[in-house]
Amino acid sequence: MSLELISILDKDGLAQKGKDPNLPAAELQKLYRLMVATRALDDRGLALQRQGRIGFYLQSTGQEASHIGAAYALKDSDWLFPAYRQPGILLLRDVPLYKIIAEWFGNSGDTSKGRQMPVHYSFREANFVSISSPIGTQLTHAAGAGMAATIRGDDTVFMSFCGDGGTSSNDFHTGLNFAAVYKAPVVFVCENNGWAISVPCSRQTASESMAIKAEAYGMPGVRVDGNDILAVYRVCKEAVDRARKGEGPTLVETVTYRIASHSSSDDAARYRDAKEFDAWKKKDPIGRFQLYLKHKKLWNEAFEKDCVETSKAAIQEAVTKAEALPMLPPETMFDDVFMNVTPQLKEQRQQLHDLMEKGGVGADVGAFPL
Amino acid sequence: MTATDTKTSTAKTGTKVMTLLEAITDAMRHEMKHDDRVIVFGEDVGKKGGVFGATMGLFDEFGEKRCFDTPLSECGIIGTAIGMAVYGLRPVAEIQFLDFIYPAFDQIVSEAAKMRYRSGGEYTCPMVIRSPYGGGIRGGHYHSQSSEAYFCHTPGLKVVIPSTPADAKGLLIASIRDEDPVMFLEPKRIYRHAKGEVPLGEHVVPLGKARLAREGTDVTVLCYGSMVSVCEQAADEAQKAGRSVEILDLRTLVPLDEAAVIESVKKTGRCVIAYEAPKTCGYGAELAAIVAEKCIEWLEGPVIRVAGFDTPFPYALEHLYMPDAKRVAAGIEKTFVW
Repeated sequence: MSLELISILDKDGLAQKGKDPNLPAAELQKLYRLMVATRALDDRGLALQRQGRIGFYLQSTGQEASHIGAAYALKDSDWLFPAYRQPGILLLRDVPLYKIIAEWFGNSGDTSKGRQMPVHYSFREANFVSISSPIGTQLTHAAGAGMAATIRGDDTVFMSFCGDGGTSSNDFHTGLNFAAVYKAPVVFVCENNGWAISVPCSRQTASESMAIKAEAYGMPGVRVDGNDILAVYRVCKEAVDRARKGEGPTLVETVTYRIASHSSSDDAARYRDAKEFDAWKKKDPIGRFQLYLKHKKLWNEAFEKDCVETSKAAIQEAVTKAEALPMLPPETMFDDVFMNVTPQLKEQRQQLHDLMEKGGVGADVGAFPL
Repeated sequence: MTATDTKTSTAKTGTKVMTLLEAITDAMRHEMKHDDRVIVFGEDVGKKGGVFGATMGLFDEFGEKRCFDTPLSECGIIGTAIGMAVYGLRPVAEIQFLDFIYPAFDQIVSEAAKMRYRSGGEYTCPMVIRSPYGGGIRGGHYHSQSSEAYFCHTPGLKVVIPSTPADAKGLLIASIRDEDPVMFLEPKRIYRHAKGEVPLGEHVVPLGKARLAREGTDVTVLCYGSMVSVCEQAADEAQKAGRSVEILDLRTLVPLDEAAVIESVKKTGRCVIAYEAPKTCGYGAELAAIVAEKCIEWLEGPVIRVAGFDTPFPYALEHLYMPDAKRVAAGIEKTFVW
């Protein structure tokens, strides 16, 4: 069997006959704004890293349709177990920009208290569960949370993300298997962007697609054009509805491309073919959605200007606010290991305090080794 | 009583003689009755009631939603438990043998242990991982290991090991009520050998408090789990040579009741540490370092570790591998004559 690549937008930006989800005009424009803002946020994040003001950054450029379209299919009360390339979901869920940016600075404005590298967000206010770097682990958490919701009789749906590299992880197998066995209300979104740092997708699997793997787990697998926000939304909405009705999990493979390097520490030009890159650049998800809006008379130059300038101004304001926030007090290092600070941690905290007071220990910290 | 209280709390509803295994079942039943967030799952824990019988009767009493079997995947058992805990349940996950826990190691050390810290306290992971550990049942090296040190070395995990039926119940209840992930390691060798009076109903033994198993004046023996009864026999042996032995059952390796350790060693001036795990980098190394750092002026002899050897756990020669009373007694004597 072979899975069809589902798409809605054709190359001219028109919806294929009978497939347009016909979202209200205001919603379509909101989605466009979110995509533009997400890219602007990414551009700013990388720039701050290059300026040495933050230590690291990881872009989602080219994947805006894939993750925003997927999460748009959820209710706000639904939960996300994300990977590290879905920042647009935070904007979709109205997390204040300065809180997102404070996470990059790892200062006192960071809700996760400077405990992680940039872009490893945690926002309970958005039901966006803490991101970790090990690949795929969140897939099994989503299965467990889905099982818990079933046990409690809640109608929450859980969406978890991974990349093409993530499909090779233990937890891809484990998470999908558990979710299917217990019919957990989970939508697994594999954003297949072609590359796991420098390793191409062909080295992750000999399967013809990622979506086809769903068959073996006993769940539906859907392959969708990941640069087509309407198509991603439509297949994810169907998957979310199935999950909410108690019909179990779905694997959605969004076929997309990582336009940027893996991270600020990587240079994709060293291992990637320029032709492949150029071909994908032409399929830019923002450009394709813009054409669609233009046909609908929902986009013009003035709207574009407003989208770009509004998001840039908001980001600038947020960067200024976030960067000015004070560093975390040293003693916070010892908090949240456990609910209560243990006697051992109390003693170590005191030792650090004394060394700082008397010996000037730690006086020259703060600079990033670039 | 909450998990943060520091004193043992017991309902005055009488006691019953139970094995350590029965006390563990009793603790889970008690918690499942009183908190519907508590669920129990793992391999063969449902209808069968567990390969050792620790979950016997829970499936019948609470139904499949609260006590169920899982696919054969330790990574999945722990990974889903984390998702459940983050979402608001109180999962009690059984890993059939501690030797099989390694596929779940990433989930335990990278995820469960770090969830509270890395999310700045926004998400927490209140869950218990129960697993039988240790040798003495002719289980070979895949049914006998004592790998507690790996977990003690991971900030964010609590590590609890009971040695008596009453403690098994009280510590397990405290672990289930704890707001952080707890590794609850059960000494399988004494699952059925250890028998004792166990309070019926509510019985909570706080984490982080050692138990003075025997008072003595000449030498302190630090131990936990199945080594406690071995050390008691060794103390009887040493008594014949006129050595008065104090035995401290640590109960909780993380957080350690360091104050009790220091107080005892300062009193006796000598220290033996007995544990079943391989000697090198075992938990005893940490205890020895604490004693060296904090009791040096009081020590009258070398700190001695009596432990398993640095070999994989041997099947046929397990009786020689595991420290017995004679080996512990020899260790005690070494703190006097060196």
